[in-house]
Amino acid sequence: MSLATAAPADSWRPGRGKVGMACLIAMESFFFAGFIIAYLFYIGKGATGPWPREVLEVKPVLVNSAALIASSFTVIASVKALGRGHLAAMRWWLVLTILLGAWFIWGTWVEWRGLIWEHGLTLRTNLFGTTFYSLVGFHAFHVIVGLLALSTILGLGVMGRLRPARDTLRFELVSWYWHFVDVVWVFVFTTVYIVGLRP
Amino acid sequence: MSTLHAQPESVAREGLMERLHGWAITVDHKRLGIMYILSGLVFFVVAGLEATAMRMQLIRPLNDFLTPQGFNQMFTMHGTTMVFLVGMPVLLGFGNFLIPLMIGARDMAFPRLNAFGFWLFLFGGALLYFSWLGGDGLYGAGGAPDVGWFAYSPLTSKTFSRGNSTDYWILGIMVSGFGSMTTAINFLATILCMRCPGMTLMRLPLMAWMMLVVAVLVITAIPVLTAAQVMLLLDRSLGAHFFDPQQEGSAVLWQHLFWFFGHPEVYILILPAFGFLSEIVPVFSRKVIFGYPLMVAATVAIAFISLGVWVHHMFVVGLPPWMNALFAASTFLISVPTGIKIFNWLGTMWGGRIRFDTPMLFCTGFLAMFLIGGLTGIMLAVVPFTTQLSDSYFVVGHFHYVLFGGTVFGIFAAIFYWYPKATGRMLDERLGKWAFWILLIGFNVVFLPMHFSGLLGMPRRIYTYQPDRGWEIWNLITTLGVPIQILGVALIVWNMVRSLGKGRVAGDDPWDAWTLEWATSSPPPEWNFDRIPTVTSARPLWDRKNPHDPDEEQP
Repeated sequence: MSLATAAPADSWRPGRGKVGMACLIAMESFFFAGFIIAYLFYIGKGATGPWPREVLEVKPVLVNSAALIASSFTVIASVKALGRGHLAAMRWWLVLTILLGAWFIWGTWVEWRGLIWEHGLTLRTNLFGTTFYSLVGFHAFHVIVGLLALSTILGLGVMGRLRPARDTLRFELVSWYWHFVDVVWVFVFTTVYIVGLRP
Repeated sequence: MSTLHAQPESVAREGLMERLHGWAITVDHKRLGIMYILSGLVFFVVAGLEATAMRMQLIRPLNDFLTPQGFNQMFTMHGTTMVFLVGMPVLLGFGNFLIPLMIGARDMAFPRLNAFGFWLFLFGGALLYFSWLGGDGLYGAGGAPDVGWFAYSPLTSKTFSRGNSTDYWILGIMVSGFGSMTTAINFLATILCMRCPGMTLMRLPLMAWMMLVVAVLVITAIPVLTAAQVMLLLDRSLGAHFFDPQQEGSAVLWQHLFWFFGHPEVYILILPAFGFLSEIVPVFSRKVIFGYPLMVAATVAIAFISLGVWVHHMFVVGLPPWMNALFAASTFLISVPTGIKIFNWLGTMWGGRIRFDTPMLFCTGFLAMFLIGGLTGIMLAVVPFTTQLSDSYFVVGHFHYVLFGGTVFGIFAAIFYWYPKATGRMLDERLGKWAFWILLIGFNVVFLPMHFSGLLGMPRRIYTYQPDRGWEIWNLITTLGVPIQILGVALIVWNMVRSLGKGRVAGDDPWDAWTLEWATSSPPPEWNFDRIPTVTSARPLWDRKNPHDPDEEQP
């Protein structure tokens, strides 16, 4: 028998990359669950303002959210393009994905700038600041990590180092992470901008 | 390939530095497993010394062997070390060593990630212990962490915990926690994806099944602890208010988050020991395991229920009665699958030709001691009972019966059972039997009286007590048991060192066992199997040894 045996068909054996990425996503989900629970636990609590309904604006965040959710679809298009061997299309879809993600980060920066310098809300101000910046900040941190990963792939694509047969699955696994960042945002948005703003 | 390895002059020239270098850069799951187990045992000795210092202090009333703060540091470091730097690494180390061998694979799914996880654990532990030197911080107050292993808020706030000792606790545990999480990813990916031909999930050795479930629990529980620790770190370093009561922050939130991790953690520490028993008991009873599918189902049930019992650590917090009642009920419920397992092991032993070699002795000791710990656990699930005895020595006695009488006895059984596979030498049987009986006696002398001092009202974590409480005799007996336990552990350590050179040569399969790790040489070659095996039942070596009577396929 040779060193590399083909996967036997007697039992379900998923690819190890898929299992590994699924595990990572599960762990990250429980990590975020901790911060979401803390946010929900502390809604309406705190000794002093500013309060969420005084300072949070939903409309610009909705636009940013649309950009992030759209980037999930463009990354799917990019993975599919790589799978079909359309390297140029793959690069352009990926550029679009990264731009949409960067837009989201820019939006977060604009929002935070207003909160910090106009409303004087920081991590230390009150429980709202503590829970808001930690939850939204950890999400933004994950978006940035995702952007770095996608940019690495784009760099490899520009250098012509991607081979569809070998790399489509790898790219798809990175795209799973990107979808995860997206789905977490749906939960964060619901927590902060819907439940947290309920009168 | 083999000619490359067999050149005598290159072996002779390999000095100590080269060999150490080889261990430092290895990605071999067997070497990493051994390193996990050995570093865990080193931490085990350290934690034992810390416990000994506590018992010296409590041997008589108004003793001054330790300062109050020194005592607090001792129980904090003892608990933290035993849970995070002994229990988890030793058990995960056995998983590392055994899983690929048991499922017929050449290594883990991600060997380099595996090495990364080990070094994270080791340096996380080193970071925790560095607090003895660096914990003073800029305030000149501190040293090792002294907030207890569950680090309740607001004791951990800057106000009450000055210096950096609590930050060392957070960071050391967080780093080693990342190590545990990478290991869990590896276990899941290895067990799901790397099984040899014919190794269906229902032919998986039960140890591998338990490790699979443990990995799921690690993935579920540890990130929540990490999140809570990040919150605490933000509170302490950046002035956030998660657990700051002055800003309406809640100490109870920390307890919820910590125990949501903390109770599954208990099962992370005991399920691998269940796995050891499920491998060892059948071999030494010469019978197939009783109720394999039920065993798997009970393990999965334990994992699910264990995620919903954490409030039984918080019965005296003052939560609403319906909540206490709910979690008391779920705690009763979890004893059902655990009971199923005990009966399955007894059913395996029933009518078998039992050989009481040392591994089996430790398994039998496990069954008796763990049963006591389980029963006091059910007592503590009764809310009014806990209202009386919460945070007393009764609780300390209870969880030492589970974690020492259970987990540590299981680990010793596993060491005696798999040492021949890892080293090629048998451990000395006579020394092993002496060690078992001495340890069993010492264990009961130490921990049984704790139930009585607890029932008499002695709270845990007090550094001294008044002479008129009726606690003196029980504390004296407890402390007198410590040297007996030390002797037992020392015998095992001595046995492990001595047998490395002088032990009887083991051969491939010294116990006449049935799982795949015994199909390769002892110690196994770096690539585990010359040919990847193909299996047709849950006991591949039984089939090979008894071709006229192979295991019948269970439909």
